[in-house]
Amino acid sequence: MRPAFSVLFLTTLIGAGQGLFITLFFCELLAGATLGSGFFVGGAVLVLVFSSLGGISSVFHLGHPERAWRAMTMWRTSWLAREGIALPAFMAAVFAYGLAHWLNLGHTLAIGTVGVVLAIVLFVCTGMIYGAIKVLKEWAHPLTIVNFIVLGCASGTTLAAAYASFTGPVLAGSLAQAALSLTVLGVLTRAASLWRNATLRPVSTLQTAIGIRHPRIVQKSQGAMGGSYNTREFFHGKSPAFVRGVLLTMLLGAFVLPLLLVLSLPLLAFIVQYLGLLAERWYFFAEAQHPQNLYYQTVG
Amino acid sequence: MTQLALVIDLNVCVGCHACVTNCKQWNTSGAAGALVDCNPYEAEPNGTFFNRVQTFEVGSFPNTETVHFPKSCLHCEDPACVPVCPTGASYKRKEDGIVLVDYDKCIGCKYCSWACPYGVREFDEQRKVMTKCTLCVDRIYDESLPEERRKPSCVLACPPGARLFGDVHDPDSEVSVAIRERGGYQLMPEAGTNPANHYLPRRKTVIPVRAEELYRSDNPHKIDGAPFDKNLPPTTEELN
Ligand code: SF4
Ligand code: SF4
Ligand code: SF4
Repeated sequence: MRPAFSVLFLTTLIGAGQGLFITLFFCELLAGATLGSGFFVGGAVLVLVFSSLGGISSVFHLGHPERAWRAMTMWRTSWLAREGIALPAFMAAVFAYGLAHWLNLGHTLAIGTVGVVLAIVLFVCTGMIYGAIKVLKEWAHPLTIVNFIVLGCASGTTLAAAYASFTGPVLAGSLAQAALSLTVLGVLTRAASLWRNATLRPVSTLQTAIGIRHPRIVQKSQGAMGGSYNTREFFHGKSPAFVRGVLLTMLLGAFVLPLLLVLSLPLLAFIVQYLGLLAERWYFFAEAQHPQNLYYQTVG
Repeated sequence: MTQLALVIDLNVCVGCHACVTNCKQWNTSGAAGALVDCNPYEAEPNGTFFNRVQTFEVGSFPNTETVHFPKSCLHCEDPACVPVCPTGASYKRKEDGIVLVDYDKCIGCKYCSWACPYGVREFDEQRKVMTKCTLCVDRIYDESLPEERRKPSCVLACPPGARLFGDVHDPDSEVSVAIRERGGYQLMPEAGTNPANHYLPRRKTVIPVRAEELYRSDNPHKIDGAPFDKNLPPTTEELN
């Protein structure tokens, strides 16, 4: 698949926001007394900034953004519609959480619980947008959702560690430890999906695509010389060397460097990991081999 | 329940692209607006088409066959493209099974085209909505057309008649009989989409002829001592 840049930004930005919110909630649960409400208000603002930036970038993916509200209507069948509902719901809960802390309204743990549930629901919706496409075998697997959750939490916890290093130093150390463990977990779950995708055998072949049972079939013409939507949308169009470069960037940026940096320089670790996760999402798209490409092997 | 569909005979298709051009012509002149053409007279022409004819070579030289393969939306009975659409712009009509896109609802998120296994949806870069074969829904019910013209444009255009159109749920329709008796099949059955469109395979036509069918043993020229006419072909006995 061709990586859609607005989607790369959307999923990485809201992922970091969701992860940060879940971390904030656990900070309050485990060490709320030692932190002032300012820590949580600032944290909630940060979550809102990240999720709004994600929401804004997603709009660039649409041909008709002015009709975006319609994308909530088919929530009974479409995970994209469910995400369209879960994202504003999550942001509303975060807003309420920040407001409750700011105005000392109480019930912050209750609101926080709702927010955490919505953050996880949103992770599942985002993952299932990809996981629900049965023809893309690289995506249609529970690991897709697991990776969205684990990598989002790793990024969010690293962000929390960076944030705490400025505003709540008592927690900065333990948050960096948590970020370290989640990043290690991310190495394992992403490696599992990389291995799975590398060893995946395609179900559809040229034989099933045109329904002719013969071992040797070659395409002589795809029906159009100048390319089409089919040749633009379903292949990344980059050389194998470029793709390997992105994979290396992803491994270094999302995992190796943040692991080395997070304990000493959490802000730098977050920035590097964010860029690494952009490469990870790019690779996630590039990895997916759409069966429609079987019909587009030879120009003519 | 009705399920309208095309049945495409690969044994007959000659790869002339008449269906491609007539589809484009009909749909670009329709009420829904023109299908965009980008760089039509430049080096990299491309645009929105609902139907394409591709060509494949099967076998190794000298035992090869050229197969021309028209491809348009298959109007699946379990369309992968419909449930994923967040807006309901993509839908399958209950009354005749046609899968359509409501251009006024589509937000252009392209998600449906990712879900379709066959690559038959095309995003229109000018209108910014998803488009695809409509099974010429704006022709087949048009009562201002004479009844025999109420068929998809591609079907009417096909010079050798490789494209059949009809209700695949009616066991007596032309398309159902063709599927049943000429080995009609679906594309990528493993995708679980249960396409309504079917393809008829290439066939080798072999007519077994036995000598006694060519030369009647009761040939009046050969019996009762009739004079031998050397212009007549030899009988089976003479051949042996
Ligand atoms: S062929 Fe593709 S676009 Fe057409 S109905 Fe089937 S899944 Fe949908
Ligand atoms: S591109 Fe249009 S028709 Fe396709 S899923 Fe998005 S809104 Fe639905
Ligand atoms: S049925 Fe109509 S829209 Fe579909 S391929 Fe044929 S001419 Fe084009």
